Order: sequence, then structure tokens, then C-alpha cells
Amino acid sequence: MVEQAEIRVVRQGGSKITFREPVISSDSRFLLCASGHTVKVFSTVTEECVQELRGHTDLVTGVLLRPSNHLQVYSCSADGTVRLWDFTDGILIRTYVIGYPIFSIFASASHDGVVFIVTASQRDNRSDAFQLVAVHLPACADQLVETTELSAVLGDVSANPAAIAFGRAGEYLASANGSQLEVYFFKKKKSHRFSLKDENKNGGRNTLTCVACHPTDDCVATGHEDGKIRLWRNFSHRKEYTYSTLHWHHGAVASLRFTPEGSNLLSGGLESVLVQWRYEQESQRNFLPRLGAAITHIAVSPDGSRFCTSHSDNKITIIQSCVKVSSIIQGLVTGDEVQTDLMVDPRSKALVLNGKPGHLQFYSLQRDKLLFNLDIVQQEFIHQSGLDQYQVVRAAFDGSGSWLATVEERKQKAAEVEVNLKLWAFDDHTQSFVLNTTIAAPHEARISGLCFDPAAGSRTAVLVSSSADGHFKAWRLAAPPAHTDDEGASWSCDFVGAYHGLVPGCCSFSADGSLLAVSFQEVVTVWSPASWELLATLSQPPGDVRNLCFGRLSCSKYLLGTTTKLLCCWNLLTCSLEWSTSMEVSLLLADPLSENMAAFCHQDGSADLFVFKPSEPLPLFSQKAVCPGRVTRAVFAPREVMLESCEESSQWLNRSRLYFLTPQMDLLTFSTKAEEQSLLASSKQLVIDDAVAMTPFYLLLGKHQRSGAEAPAGGPSSGSPALPQSSAAVRELLQTPAHVLPAASFLCSAFLESLLISVTDDREETGPADQEMESEKEEEEEGSDEETGAGGTRPEEAPSGGAQTEGAAPGLTRTQVRELRRVRKLDHSWLARILDS
Amino acid sequence: MGEFKVHRVRFFDYMPSAIRAMAFNSHTERLAVARADGAVEIFNFADNYFQEKVIPGRDGRAVEALCWVGRRLFSAGLDGELTEYDLENLRPKYSIEAYGGPVWTISGNSQGTLLAAGCEDGTVKMFEILDERIQFQRNLDRQKGRIISLAWHPSGTKMAAGMMDMIRIFDTETGSATHRMLVERGAGASKSKEVVVWSVAFLSDHTVISGDSAGKFQIWDGSTGTLIRSHPVTKWDVLVLSVSQDESSVIAGTSEGTVVQFQFIASTAGQEDKHWFRTRTFKNHSHDVRALVHTDTAVVSGGMDTQLVVRPLLDKVEKNTQESALRKIAFPHRNLVSCAKKAGLLLFQFPDHLELWRLGESDGNGAPGEILPVKRKPEKLIQLKRKGEDHICCSALSPCGSWLAYSTVSSVRLYRLTLSSNSVSIQKVSKLPKELRSVHQLCFSLDSSRLFASSSLSSVVVVALDQTECRCLHTLKHKSGSKQPIHILCPSEDGRWLAAANTDCEIHVFDLHKKKLHCSVPAYSSCPTAVSIHPASCSLVSVHADQQIFEFSLKQKEYTEWSRQLQRQGLHPLWLQRDTPVTRVTFNPTNPAHIVLHDAFMFCIIDQSLPLPKAETKLYNQMVLRSFPQPQRSRESHAFKICKNFQCTLCEKKQGKQPHTNVKMKATQAWS
Repeated sequence: MVEQAEIRVVRQGGSKITFREPVISSDSRFLLCASGHTVKVFSTVTEECVQELRGHTDLVTGVLLRPSNHLQVYSCSADGTVRLWDFTDGILIRTYVIGYPIFSIFASASHDGVVFIVTASQRDNRSDAFQLVAVHLPACADQLVETTELSAVLGDVSANPAAIAFGRAGEYLASANGSQLEVYFFKKKKSHRFSLKDENKNGGRNTLTCVACHPTDDCVATGHEDGKIRLWRNFSHRKEYTYSTLHWHHGAVASLRFTPEGSNLLSGGLESVLVQWRYEQESQRNFLPRLGAAITHIAVSPDGSRFCTSHSDNKITIIQSCVKVSSIIQGLVTGDEVQTDLMVDPRSKALVLNGKPGHLQFYSLQRDKLLFNLDIVQQEFIHQSGLDQYQVVRAAFDGSGSWLATVEERKQKAAEVEVNLKLWAFDDHTQSFVLNTTIAAPHEARISGLCFDPAAGSRTAVLVSSSADGHFKAWRLAAPPAHTDDEGASWSCDFVGAYHGLVPGCCSFSADGSLLAVSFQEVVTVWSPASWELLATLSQPPGDVRNLCFGRLSCSKYLLGTTTKLLCCWNLLTCSLEWSTSMEVSLLLADPLSENMAAFCHQDGSADLFVFKPSEPLPLFSQKAVCPGRVTRAVFAPREVMLESCEESSQWLNRSRLYFLTPQMDLLTFSTKAEEQSLLASSKQLVIDDAVAMTPFYLLLGKHQRSGAEAPAGGPSSGSPALPQSSAAVRELLQTPAHVLPAASFLCSAFLESLLISVTDDREETGPADQEMESEKEEEEEGSDEETGAGGTRPEEAPSGGAQTEGAAPGLTRTQVRELRRVRKLDHSWLARILDS
Repeated sequence: MGEFKVHRVRFFDYMPSAIRAMAFNSHTERLAVARADGAVEIFNFADNYFQEKVIPGRDGRAVEALCWVGRRLFSAGLDGELTEYDLENLRPKYSIEAYGGPVWTISGNSQGTLLAAGCEDGTVKMFEILDERIQFQRNLDRQKGRIISLAWHPSGTKMAAGMMDMIRIFDTETGSATHRMLVERGAGASKSKEVVVWSVAFLSDHTVISGDSAGKFQIWDGSTGTLIRSHPVTKWDVLVLSVSQDESSVIAGTSEGTVVQFQFIASTAGQEDKHWFRTRTFKNHSHDVRALVHTDTAVVSGGMDTQLVVRPLLDKVEKNTQESALRKIAFPHRNLVSCAKKAGLLLFQFPDHLELWRLGESDGNGAPGEILPVKRKPEKLIQLKRKGEDHICCSALSPCGSWLAYSTVSSVRLYRLTLSSNSVSIQKVSKLPKELRSVHQLCFSLDSSRLFASSSLSSVVVVALDQTECRCLHTLKHKSGSKQPIHILCPSEDGRWLAAANTDCEIHVFDLHKKKLHCSVPAYSSCPTAVSIHPASCSLVSVHADQQIFEFSLKQKEYTEWSRQLQRQGLHPLWLQRDTPVTRVTFNPTNPAHIVLHDAFMFCIIDQSLPLPKAETKLYNQMVLRSFPQPQRSRESHAFKICKNFQCTLCEKKQGKQPHTNVKMKATQAWS
């Protein structure tokens, strides 16, 4: 179908920011990293994403500062283009079409107008052969440039970008492949190869993993799989080359970098320790330990003042002068395995899944930012392999997002599983989940299904858990007995259900909460949660039922289930099979906002997607080979703004978007062409608007104000009691990031005064507040820096103490507000000086 | 391969002694190695690292430093004496007292005129080298603290001396100290301990390099006396330094057993600005590296673990050649075991005593590969302590087991043994002829009636042994004019011939009946390591340090046809690549076509009736052959049959009909 080309699988939100080495801009203010199909520009100070460079249509595989202009950046992508950007303004300057997928990009100041890219070798059809190609970028004014001048420099290189590096003033190039180091001299157009034995006699693996070249000396550092670092010298002679060996790492060295002056060598690997070696005095080492996860890349700013390390848990750490971690940019943590389902928090619309060990992470896909981590297990995680520790395996939200149920388990031995069921209530004051009830050993065996009654609000919520011990249990929030002092209600078991001793699988509530379907191996039982009566049994052998889904809205009379071979649809009114089709469905899920259902099938080693309505015979949309492997985790995330697409095949994407996790733990989604174009247009629009005076703080503030405007409109949390309003000054004081505030002692007296004085004109405050906001804006323009946009929807933003004071304290008088602002203005002057310098 | 009865002799408790000092003479390519027991060994690097000469030690002599001046070898030790060695008679030539307390180091200038000795009392003593001796010339300015190490500037006008906590630079013409360079002490607890500058080197560009007990490798500017760079190499001591001939590389030996190489490299290509960079680290020793030599192509190191390691520098030699292989020389290249075939006795030679053992006996015959039950266990009959201070240099046991002789550099002792079933008596033969004073090699004839002793000037003294007396019959001399010592003596079984090989690569055959030189084998460029005369065909088989094998017919006075064919076809490359010399050749009495030979790690039977192996065939084919059926086996088999199923053979001899003795440090497996 022609329309289907409109819908593409893209990476949007939650992509790896550590896929390639990040780049620090020459003034150390920005950090650029490849993230999915875009290049993200982060502020190194505030950790905020200030710019997103969109335009590539495939994975971005390399980011590189243009050597001749430090405000421009090249990016290369698997879509076969190299793009040149102005990263401060986010403008695409030029697109060079290469035509082959590009795996990495290199450039050197002494090779003007030339970039070096790694592509698959065309000579032989081996998929693992790569070559380094010099591309002469034609100098012309066109937006889209075809490059024709390609010349191969080195055959047989590694696709790993860490394995190629330019040496002193671009005179030579070092490339590591396998256990061989190759140095290519541009002047002589000759290369020397130095090979090591694959395995030395002590069993060390000599395979090279990364290369770095000293900026002023003829010295090449190579990292090896056995943790050794070799410093090669005298390699301009074929035979008289020599090397020395440094050894600290016990695992493979993942990344090596020299500082710009060449006085230090940085190395990192599995140990999550950044090691700094003094050049020529290698016995002197400095360590920066406890960086959290294995280091995958190291980048150094051009002035050497900042380092940054990428970590395997999708995190970038920015380090100041090798001693202090100054900021951490965290992406979506996917790890090796996601054990919980993908979920969407109904309140914050954040994607929820398990991230750090023992935690649930709340990740905002719209803003592409980690909101917070909720510690579920509340035990220290010990970083050691082979230890059996509690892990979050299941989680479920109720319909309004006010309750969260989590299951954690620890498998001491195969027989005895330790399971805890925890119920968390959303606390409006702290804007976070608070543990309400812990049920130790809710079942005898591990829990196989967990679901909340989605129709909350009207009744007290019901939680159903099914387990391999042959029972399913319903849990209900019960009021505490009158004679106890307990302040709140807690959860307790309401009903235990079983069916002929069969083992229950999954469970599902209908959209209105009036029916509960529980699968018992081959049989689907339908229960009434009001009376716990068994209403009907449905069965369609052979094979156990894997997924259960009730239809929504107009299709609510249908119940869909999947077995190993079949997708079945039962009509609940007639209790009969409506239709069934033979396909191996690995995941079935329903869009909460429409009748649509999505089924991921596993066929021929890749996953196919079908989107259909249970009442209609033809699928709305189908795409073969969405990704290789089996898709077992996916979610429909509601959109903030509805799309207005008229294309029939893409209408299912209007209300929500479908995210899914590939077996490689990439979060992918579907996007229409129209959507992409509007995104591109909006980013360009923004650039043109702000083209007058672009400062990062201005950008941040702009973002903050926009998101602030959106929050009250879109949030379903409007039903919940609003936070007590307080004066603008106090709110700003609390929301302004600490690093732009003056010293606490400076603010303290004014703040305390505000608490002491009882204010009468609280109601009048709202009128002039708007005015103030406007005047503030002007001031911000003058001062050209202002507070960052701390997200308005961030639940843990307001600490509990602050919230209480806000509740108790009335606003400040206008004079006090002015005083505060004056103080802040004083502060801005020195801050501005620093930023300008 | 034939059937043998194998004795597993695991009771030879030979312990090599630690290497203390080394000196390399690049003109003659001889390496002198001094061991902790005072013995000095000379290795010929031009001839496959063959251990040519051994000068036995002496109680109380600890060699601390060795130095070649031309072809002369000097040593100094903590006994305060300087010694020159007589390399022809394998004994110290003379010793003179330095009168400065223990001597820590000696160093000759490059002109070969002066020898400087660093003494405990803080003086550097200069000796003038005369033709026949050395003479004290003068003292340089006396310093406080001992002089541990010395290095001459190549011009001979300056000298660097490593001391406690400092390095001094002397002007050798005026004798005054010009610079004093303080060496920093180690950090922490060792701050209060004096740092010892164990070794210094003085390069022609006036760079001084030092290695000290704080583990530092330091580079100094010798003309200004300032520290240029300090490399911490180890936590413990840097014990020794050695500079390559072209001064582009320095190696440092540490007490951790590592050897660290530093190279003088331009930091950017094509520029003159060079620096010393630490490059490779070699770890071939388990204990302290006490002695180091940087030859043009290799790093030679030795230390407390008694091994001499030759580690080729791969950037200086062709890859994958015999030269590029690592060599470890652990065992002496000569026989320390003699065997009385008829009596079943073994004599083990140690530096300070001899041990006489009776081999075990067993009755019955087992299947091949089976371990026979032992009827009588091997027993130690005699432990004979040597007299005097000098160490034993050679020993011999007569084939009948009734005579025992040993020699030190100063005297020869002969004993008569009487063995009955349960008693042993030993009686010294008191009157020996005066010709038997200083010998290098002893050997009994097969009927035990003659004792052959190699004496000075390559002569052989023949002594007749009798129950009543022993007298010198005559002295055999040859006319080649070589003064080198004879290191192999080999009489033929019928008592007619005596072959004598010396370290000038000559083999002379004497006719004992006519008492004169019968013939000389044509000189070959490599030193013979084992010589034997075939009992039946009267041909002389010699194996050389470069692993070549020759067969020379004594009757025709020419190489035999088999030997010519072997030379035409060439030996198998794997055979030539072996790095230990063959130390003994003998013959199978039941099959005259079999030549039996062994080195420290392998035992080989050469069947002259079978075709020689071609270069492309497998040399070590015994296990493969066993799996073949008979016709193919005979087609595939070749002359070399090699067994490596044991460790470290030091001696092996054929006795009577079948029994056969292997002497091993540690046998892993019996075979038959």
C-alpha cells in the first residue's frame, strides 16, 4: 500500500544517548550527543536539553565538531548522509549525500574540507568488512550536495569509532582492528602494521579495543581486552617500533583519551572508574571511582576543563577538572531486560518501567527526560555478579494514577521464591508515591498477572493478582478497624478464586470494571468483581491462553485472547467465539483511548504488527518485519495534542502512539510523515523566533514557560486538589535551580521575614502577579539569564518541607518581592560575567 | 627403537648456584658469568651460546664484579682482591689485594689501559694494566661512604661513581670529584634508610643514568650535575643497568625479576629532540635480576634463580628464526655424572663433594612401558668431601667401579674403592705422579688400567693404575699449537684410541699403542660438545654446539659415507633449532647401526640404516608411527627417534647388554 510508506518506525524519546561518544563544544557550554535519529544539545551546566537537531532519517552514528568552525558540527547517519549544523541555533546548514550507510565520522584540522567516514567495504560482500573513506566536501551554497569525490584511505578497519584516531596535527591516522594496529601516514601515503599475538602465554587477550593519539608527540595509546594499555612509539620505522605497557584495568579498556595538552591520558572501562595517567610518568595515576556503571566513552572538551564519560546505563557524566562530577545527564535505562511491562503513569503521562536495580523509573517521553526514580525495593543494591537480590518484576497503576501496585521477588532457589506485593498511594503534597501496604508472600508461588480495576473513582479500587500457585486473589482497600490508631486505610485480601485446580495465567478487567477475565491455562473464566460470581467460561483449545484484552468503547462486548497459535475474539453477549485467526501473537494490547488493538506477531524471526478493531474484519494497519526478534513489551502512550490525520491507515495514531521495545532494548515508535514534517517545521520556527539573542538560559526559560502553559490544560490531575498557591517570589525561589541563586545567607532574612509577617492583601496578589511576570520577562531580557525551567510536572520538585511552608505561609508584600528581585539581580551581574568570559 | 631397562635416578640433587655478575666481550662474543659460589663460566655467543669453559670457584671467594679488558678477564670481590683468570688453564692467574676493604665494583676504561675499583672505604683505586699483571697507580679523592658502582665516560677522562645517597663524578686526570648529585631517598618508612645507587652508566653525551635501591631509574646531566628525569620502575631495587653499544637503549634489572627497557626516541618523527622513554618490560626471572648484558640483538639476564636468559630484541633480529627464540640456559653443558657400568655405580659431582650411589636392582622382565618392581633400592654408598678450599672441577669413576678420581685447580686425588655386598671401603692413593697436578678432565680406560688426564697446553697425561702403585706412562701431545684446554676425553672400547677435543674446536685422536698422535679430525667451526668412538667400526662420532653431527672413520682418516650424506642432505630444521647441546654420545652394543645421544631435555637414537628425515617430514614422529600399520610404519620411519618423556637428563650410559641409565633431576615418566 502506498499510504503505508507514510508510517515509519522511528526512535523518538528514550533513545540511547551513549550510543556514540559525546562532543563538548569548544566553550564547554554544550554537550552534543547522538540520540536515535537526532542530535541532542545539552547544557553542561544545567543538564537540560537545549536543542535537538532533527533531520536524519536513520540512526545517527557520529557527531563531530567542524575543525574549521567551532560553532558548527557534522553528524553522520546510517541513512547515508553527512549533515552540517549550526548547533547553537539548531539550523541545518548543508546535507551531503554519500549514498552508503555511514558508521562513524572523523576529521582533522589539517585536512580542510575533507571528512573521513567508515562505510561497509564494497569490494567484497562480507558484512563485517569496513573501510575508511576520505570524502571531499564540495564547497557550494546548495542545501543538498551530492558528494562525488570519494577515495578509500584504509581497507579493513573496525566499525567501532573508538578504534580510529588522528595523530599529531593530522599527519597520521591510527586504526585498530583485531589484534593489529595500523598507522597510516598521509604524507608518505604509506601504512605500517604492527600485530600482536592473539593470545599471549598468560592467557591475556591482546585484542585492541580502542586507540588514542597524543596531540603533540608521536605516541599512540591502545587499549586491550585484557585491560592493558600500550603506548606505541617510534612507529614511523617499520621495524624499530617499540611500546610500553600500562596495566590497571582488570576488564577490557573501553575508551582512551589524551587531554588536549597531552599531559594526561584518561582511560575507562568496566570498573566504572575513570583513570588518569600522567603522560611520561605513568606510575602516577589519579582515579575517579564510583561512577555508577561501566564507562563506554570518554570525551574531553577542547580546552581540557571538562571531561565527560558515557556509561552503559544510558548516562553521561560531566566531570570538572577530573575531580568533581558536576552534572549527570540520564537517559532511559533499559539495561539487559525489562521485567515489568511498559506502562504509562496516568498522572504524569510518563513511561514507567524498571530502570536502576530495585527502582521504577518515570520517563517523560514528550520531553525525553527522566523524571524520577521510585525506590521500590528500598534495599541497597550490591554491584556484584552472582548475587541474588530483590527485583521489581511487576507493576500496575489504577485508572486515575492514585495507586501503584508493585511486585518484587527474589529467587533464592528455584523452589522458594520470595515475593512482596507493595501498594503505593500517590501523595499530593509530596507529589510522589508513598508506600501504603506491604504484603509479604501474597501468594505461594510467583505472581503471573497483576491488574487494577480501571474504572476508579466510583468505587474503591480492586487489585487482582494471579499466581502460579493456582489461585487468583482480589485485594481491596479496607478501612481500618475503628479501635486502632492507624491513620489510613490499608489493603487486604478480599477474595481468593480458583478454577478446577488449574494454574491461572493473565487477568484483565473490562473497561468499565464490571467484568474480570482470568485465564486458567486453556480456559478463560469471566467473573463479576461485584459479587465474585463465575459468570462464564470460554475455551478455544489447543494451547494456553497468553494474553487477554477486553474491547473498548463500541467494541466492549468483545474479549480477545491469544493462544500459542490463535488469536480469538469472543462475544461476551453470546458467550461464543466471534472469530479467530491463526497467527502466533507474542503481544496483544488495547489502546485505552480508542477501540484499536495492536497485535505483535512473531514470524520468520521478525516481528509483525497488526492494528485492528475487534469488530472489523480487515486490519487498520499492518506492517511486516517491524524489527527482528520477538516483541514482548509495548505500550500505547496517549498524545498530548491529538493529531488530525485524514489518512485512513494512520488514523490509529491520532490519539496515542505505540511504543515498543525490541529484543535489543531499543525503544521504537511509529510516526507519520505529516507529524515529522510538523516537528521539523516547529523546530525551525523556534529558531527563527529566537534568532535575535539566543542564550541557553533564554531558551530554557522559553521552554519552561511553554511547558508550564501546557501542564494545566492537558493534565487529568486537574481533578485532584490543587496545590496551595503562594506568592510568585517564594515559588520562584523554590523552583529556581540552586546554582543561579545567591547565597542562602543573603536570602535568608527576606525569606524569614516573609514567614513572620501576616499578610492581609493575599487575595489582591493575583491581579498584579501577571504584571510582575511581564516585567520580570523584561528584566530577564536585560540580564540575559534567568532560572532554568524546572519542570512543572515534576512530582518530586517540591520537597515536603517546602510544601508545608507554602501551605502555611502567606505571600510576600510587594516591597519584599522587589527586595528579593533586587537581590537576584545583583546576583545576575556576576553570573553574566562568568558566562561571558 | 630397541628395548632398554631404564633406571629412574631422581636422587641427583644438583643445585645450580645464583648468578652474581656478567661481562660481555663484544669483540670475541664471549660472555663471562660469575656465580655465587665463585665459579666463572665462559659462554661463546658466536657458537650457539655454548658453555665453553668453567673456572671452578673457591671457598670464601665471592665475585662481585667482572670485567673484560681485551681478551683478559678480571674479577673483584668482597674479599678485597682483584683477580685475573688464566683462561687457558681454567684457573685464577693471580690475585692482588686492593687494600681498600671489600671491592664492590671494577670497571676498565675503553682504551684498555686502566682498571678502576670501587672500595668499601670510599676510594676509587686505579690500576694500570700491564702485559702480565696489573699495578696500583693511584687513588682518586677519597669519599665518605662506599663506592658501589662505577662507570667510565667513553673518552676516559671522567668517571661516575654510585655511592650511598649520591653519585659523584670524578675527573680521572686530576683525581678530583667535580660533581655531587644527591639521590632522593624512598618515600614513607624507607625515608630514614640510605639509598644505594646500585648501578650507574655514563653515556658519551655526558648523560649519567643511575638505578637505585628506591626503585628509581634516573637520568642526569653529567656536565652540570642536574637531574633530568626520574622514572619510578619498581617498589624495590633497581639492581643493574646495561647500555647498548649505540647508546640508544638502556635496560634495568630489578629485584622483582623484571627487566625494563628504556629507549632514546625522538618524541616526534624526524626531529633531533630525543628523550628516554620506558618501553618494554621483560619478565623471565622469578627472583632478583643481578646481572644484565645488552648485546646488539638481545638482552641477557641472570640472577638469583640461577638461569641465564637470552631474550632477543625482536626489532633487531629477523622474526621467526632461530635467533629470535628465547633461550634459557639452566644446566651446565658438561657431564657431572660418571658411571661404572659393570658395578652399577653412579658418581655425582658437586662443587664441594662427591656422591657415590649404587643403582637399584630388579629381577624379572616386564612388558614395554611397565614399571619393574624394585628388588633393592638405590643407596648412597659414599659422600666424599673434598679437601682444601678449591672446588671440584672434574671427577671420574672407573668402569669397574674400583677407582675414583677427582681434581681441583690445585690438585688431583685418586681413591681405591673396595665394594663387597654390604661394606664399602675407600683408600686414598697417596703417591701420585707429579704430572697430575692441575687437570681439566679425567677419564679411565674401559679396562680401568689407565687414567687419562688432560693437562695444560692441550696435552694428555696417561697414568697406569696398579694395585701397588701408579705411575705416569707418558704425555700425549699434538702439534697444532693450540693452548686451549681439553674438555672432552674419550677412549675407545678396545683401548687403542683416545679422542681429545679442546675448545679451539679441534679433535685429536691418539694411538695409545703407538703412544703418538694418530690423526686430527678436520677442524669444524663449532665446538664439539660430545665425542665417542664406535666400538666396532672404529669411527668417531662428534656432535657440535651448532647441532651438527659428523662421523669420521679412524681407519680411512676421512668422513664416512653416512656423514657425507648427512652433510649433503642437511639436518632437519627442528633438530637444528634445539637450544641445548648434546652432552653425550654412545652406541647400542646390540645394534651397531644405532647411535644414542642426549641433551638435557631429549634422548635420541639415530638409526644409520634408515633414511634421513627430509625437511618437510615430521621430526618427532614416534607417537604417530605407533598408530600406523607395520608397512606404513617402516615406510614413514626415519633415522631420528626422539624421546622427550622426561625432564633434564644429565647423563646416560650404556651398560653391558641391555640396562641403560638415565640420570634426571626429576623424571616424569618411565619408558622402555
